[in-house]
Amino acid sequence: MADQIMLSLKVNGQSHSLQVHPFARLLDVLREDLRFTGTKEGCGEGECGVCSILLNGRLVNSCLVPAVQAQGGEIVTVEGLADGQRLSSLQDAFLTQNGAQCGFCTPGMLLAATDLLQRNPHPDEAAVREGLAGNLCRCTGYVKIVDAVQTAAREAR
Amino acid sequence: MRGYLPPVEVRVPATLGEALTLLAAEPGLWTPLAGGTDLMVVFNAGHLKATRFLDLSRLTELRGIAEDNNLLSFGSLSTYTDLRECRAVHQHFPNLVKSAQVTGALAIQNRGTLGGNIANASPAADTPPSLLAYGAELELVSVLGSRRVAYASFHQGYKQMDLAPDELVAKVLVPKPTGRGFHYFRKVGTRQAQAISKVCLAAYARLEKGCVAELRIGLGSVAPAPVRARAVEQLLLGQPLASLPIEAARLALGSDISPIDDIRATAHYRSVVTGNLLAQMLRELTQA
Amino acid sequence: MIGANSVRKEGRAKVLGTAIYTDDKFMPGALHGVTVRSSVPRGILREIVFGEGIAWDEFTIVTAADIPGTNRVASVVDDQPFLVGLGEEITHPEQPILLLAHSDRAEAERARAAVRLVVDELPAILDIQASLDLEQVIYSTDNLLKEIRIEKGDPAPIWAQAAHVVVGEYRTGAQEQMYLEPNAMLALVERGAETRVSVWGSLQCPYYVHGALKQLFGLPEGRVRVVAMEMGGAFGGKEDYPSVNAGHAALLSWKSGLPVRLIYDREEDLACTTKRHPSRTRLRTAFDAEGHLLALEADFVLDGGAYATLSPVVLSRGAVHVGGVYRCPNVRIHARAVATNTPPPGAFRGFGAPQSLFAIERHMDLCARRLGLDAVELRRRNFLHMGDTMATGQVIREDLDLPGLMDRALAEIHYADRRAAHAITNTESGPIKRGLGLAVFMHGCGFTGNGESHVASVAGVEGLSDGTVSVLAASTEMGQGKNTVFAQIVAEALGLPYELVDVACVDTDHVPNSGPTVASRSTMMVGRILEDAAIGFKQSLVQQGFLQEPYTAEAFQAAVKKAVAHLGRLRCYGQYHRPPNISWDDKTYRGDAYPTYSWGAYAAEVAVDLDTYEVRVEDFVAVQEVGRVVNPTLAAGQIEGGVAQGIGWGLWEEVTMKQGRMVNNQMTNYIIPTSADLPRIRVVFLENAHHAGPGGAKGIGELPMDGPAPALANALENALGPLRLDEVPMTPDRLLSRCEEVAHG
Ligand SMILES: Cc1cc2nc3c(=O)[nH]c(=O)nc-3n(C[C@H](O)[C@H](O)[C@H](O)COP(=O)(O)OP(=O)(O)OC[C@H]3O[C@@H](n4cnc5c(N)ncnc54)[C@H](O)[C@@H]3O)c2cc1C
Ligand code: FES
Ligand code: FES
Repeated sequence: MADQIMLSLKVNGQSHSLQVHPFARLLDVLREDLRFTGTKEGCGEGECGVCSILLNGRLVNSCLVPAVQAQGGEIVTVEGLADGQRLSSLQDAFLTQNGAQCGFCTPGMLLAATDLLQRNPHPDEAAVREGLAGNLCRCTGYVKIVDAVQTAAREAR
Repeated sequence: MRGYLPPVEVRVPATLGEALTLLAAEPGLWTPLAGGTDLMVVFNAGHLKATRFLDLSRLTELRGIAEDNNLLSFGSLSTYTDLRECRAVHQHFPNLVKSAQVTGALAIQNRGTLGGNIANASPAADTPPSLLAYGAELELVSVLGSRRVAYASFHQGYKQMDLAPDELVAKVLVPKPTGRGFHYFRKVGTRQAQAISKVCLAAYARLEKGCVAELRIGLGSVAPAPVRARAVEQLLLGQPLASLPIEAARLALGSDISPIDDIRATAHYRSVVTGNLLAQMLRELTQA
Repeated sequence: MIGANSVRKEGRAKVLGTAIYTDDKFMPGALHGVTVRSSVPRGILREIVFGEGIAWDEFTIVTAADIPGTNRVASVVDDQPFLVGLGEEITHPEQPILLLAHSDRAEAERARAAVRLVVDELPAILDIQASLDLEQVIYSTDNLLKEIRIEKGDPAPIWAQAAHVVVGEYRTGAQEQMYLEPNAMLALVERGAETRVSVWGSLQCPYYVHGALKQLFGLPEGRVRVVAMEMGGAFGGKEDYPSVNAGHAALLSWKSGLPVRLIYDREEDLACTTKRHPSRTRLRTAFDAEGHLLALEADFVLDGGAYATLSPVVLSRGAVHVGGVYRCPNVRIHARAVATNTPPPGAFRGFGAPQSLFAIERHMDLCARRLGLDAVELRRRNFLHMGDTMATGQVIREDLDLPGLMDRALAEIHYADRRAAHAITNTESGPIKRGLGLAVFMHGCGFTGNGESHVASVAGVEGLSDGTVSVLAASTEMGQGKNTVFAQIVAEALGLPYELVDVACVDTDHVPNSGPTVASRSTMMVGRILEDAAIGFKQSLVQQGFLQEPYTAEAFQAAVKKAVAHLGRLRCYGQYHRPPNISWDDKTYRGDAYPTYSWGAYAAEVAVDLDTYEVRVEDFVAVQEVGRVVNPTLAAGQIEGGVAQGIGWGLWEEVTMKQGRMVNNQMTNYIIPTSADLPRIRVVFLENAHHAGPGGAKGIGELPMDGPAPALANALENALGPLRLDEVPMTPDRLLSRCEEVAHG
């Protein structure tokens, strides 16, 4: 058995400490050890973005983050976006605009969009397309996703 | 591949000195880990041979972008996002900003580092052409001290570098261009984002009295490592902008590059497109 | 209700991250399964060697010899084994040989790598031509998985006398569905006096898997249970393959007595699961002096891989569509699916039609050039109209307006103005050349021929104790919006608000067989059955005195409550009935190939950079007639997504094969479009109520896959001048070599 490390991190505001393999993917720590299964795996190679989360305020692919580098980190996953049962404006826009079809890209997409709107509250279409370019979607052709992000941005105005 | 987790040992040194001491004690046994965007892909696929890792990510000595009168000094842990967010980089090195913008997508740019891009030594990496074009130098450190090498002589073949097993890339030093400059960067990837380069060309020229006074061209994905187009540069140095020998330059390029067929493009495509980008760059230079 | 933009039923769970996909389901004590595969394309399996350094006694190991029932995957033809046994023939390089399971995933991976197979290799057939040439006989006596002929009139005398004869050959490559969720399956087999097999998975067709498991284990109806979990996309890729991995997971669970997880990672999914069939189409067409189509001869060949799987039905759809939307009195279609030693392809959105429609729609532009006519005009002269007959003899009974459809697409994209403008700018010296292209096409709704009659789908409606209504159907939600649309249809039929209708979990213990979720058939076919079931449900409430018409929603809810309390269970089913005016003969391929068709006219604007041969799609207009649109927002989403996949297939998506294996089996090397690669896809629906589906709805799921590739190829030719654009994807490398052909004469 490999050396384990004691990992402490905060997920959606809650602290957790657990023993893990130092190179366990943060994705697996979240999904398997802490059972935040909202974050998905689509490739394990940093390409698809369905594992996107915020780590210390920055969008990252959790499949490429070894546990050891998440030590002390503050993490936001899709489960942390709503306020109880109240959807965030982005979640609401994805719901009403049909931004989620199969929904598998949706958690990562929502995190990428959250990150985008934090940096650029009123992105034009090109900025949305660039901001989400690391999050692949095979269902929507991206039109309704772009619409959802811009709707949420408008409503926040 | 899903989580095949062989036993590994990871050290997280708190200081650069600690890291270098460890490297010196067992040179070659420790693999530096920066943003992990190259290493973790290989590790997840179960193809990584290394089992002992040195996590550099907490070393503040390797962070930050510093500016003085003559140059910008990038800590090797500078991320693409750091580059994109730094005003001085925009001001002096537009090609580097473009390199950063076209690397992967945001989540990769937030984690991937300049040092990692260099030390991973992929021929398809996207900052090396810009660094070559700007005549960058590297500061390499070990317990014995530090040394500076010209980046243009750092890559010595496929995945071969002028980097000893007990050394780290500490800084990337890029001299600020002076005088009237011309900057050109273009990556041709497999798609518009999240793409590996099929060809990448960056160039910097200093113009004086209507002539090419200084010229460096960096190329990616057309040789076993990032390369300078030395023959082309030679041919063009001193030439008047009004009558640059574009076709001769295209011919000279043949001796600078040695592209291969791979899964992303044929050698033929790479050489045609490199020639076209060179011609495009020179047409723009003519008009500069 | 029908026509409203009702919000997706499962949408809330999806945006909250609480929707449970297969790999999200927790199963205490589950083992991790892995599959050991052949790596050679063809040979005889001699020995399985279990390598050193692995505690093999900790593993559950399943080989072909363990299989309790029949070692054949139930499909159109039962020719594919679940596992290849010793002394048996390996027929493709990803063929499953044995299964391993262990409680530690890492150990399972390590063990997989430690197994060595001893194989006597045999020469393999790796492409269509080698198979047709019978370089080796690898399947039956002629390498043919299926052969179809469609005949109408007699082209033979036409060729010599026609004013113009145009021949062309077209090729399309394999395409990966690239659903974002790789294939995933969980299994639990309870052994005892009454063995019971249950699987939970990412699967499109619960009753296909159900049938496959019954046959694999030799079990009767009631002892197999299949549950469809939330699905992260499918596009056909989870139509037939889940019968294989469900069998594998269940075998491991059966042998170990423990629950088993069999979750593919992306590399394995790409390497071994089904893709779109590669194709080669040869066309010969004859025209009179005015440009009227007189004869069409088509030789349509699909690479069907090592087993028949769905190739016979994919072939039949491709063959029926090869004539496109044109009137032609004399037709000969010869269609063959040939065997090769490659992993079997399968269903992918469009199901053979995108391949043959690429050929005919590209060919029409070629013909226009040869005839000296505008491509728009040539199409206009030959379009099908009401009363015309198609190649199978099917008479168009609907009020079809293809010129109207095409003109709308041309108007939306400003065809004439932009073409004129590009004609000028393209002569300038810069590297960017622009062009516009068009494709007009149809897609047959539902199964081909007698498919619906064979399946005889059943679906139903159930009253629940809280007075709400639940939809019972085995049709699965893969993002297309089936939950929402079914609820809308039933709510409409019952005159209830949408909120009072929900959709039952797709569990074969609970819902009847409404047929597979394929062929754009759910809304039109199952929706129609549900409409009947809902009306029957209401009538039985009325007849039994629980409800009086007219009623309010509250009264209805109260009546359902009362009836459920009284009767215990309240369900009403409907079943498919073949419409009276439809007939099909499977032997002669004559008759109504489909109950109806959806129709599309797509226009693309491209910009080609002649420095890099990169293509940018700058505008894309998708105009279609799909009958009544049940939910415009969802429908537009289907079209946009399908167009994006079509653009991907046309420009970037290439499966690179070496020795029968996909070698670019990573997301970084198989290029699907990102948000930065696509324009805003513009969607227009022209409604024209047809009577097959609920409220006149037709199928829409697959249609958008058919048009983009030929529209793009035609646009590229418009931008660059005459060019051999006869193959997709039109990658920069391919475009460069085609441009060089022209330059070098
Ligand atoms: C989805 C995706 C897209 C990508 N797109 C691009 C792209 O468009 N263009 C591009 O160029 N790259 C791309 N990459 C590759 C990668 O992101 C970059 O090369 C990145 O800069 C690597 O930095 P890192 O810090 O993550 O390196 P790591 O993975 O941490 O390390 C890479 C290598 O460098 C060594 N190393 C790291 N730091 C040092 C140091 N200071 N001294 C000595 N050795 C060191 C490590 O030992 C290792 O061998 C992509 C990767 C992914 C996963
Ligand atoms: S799973 Fe992490 S990027 Fe695809
Ligand atoms: S909604 Fe299915 S992948 Fe985006």
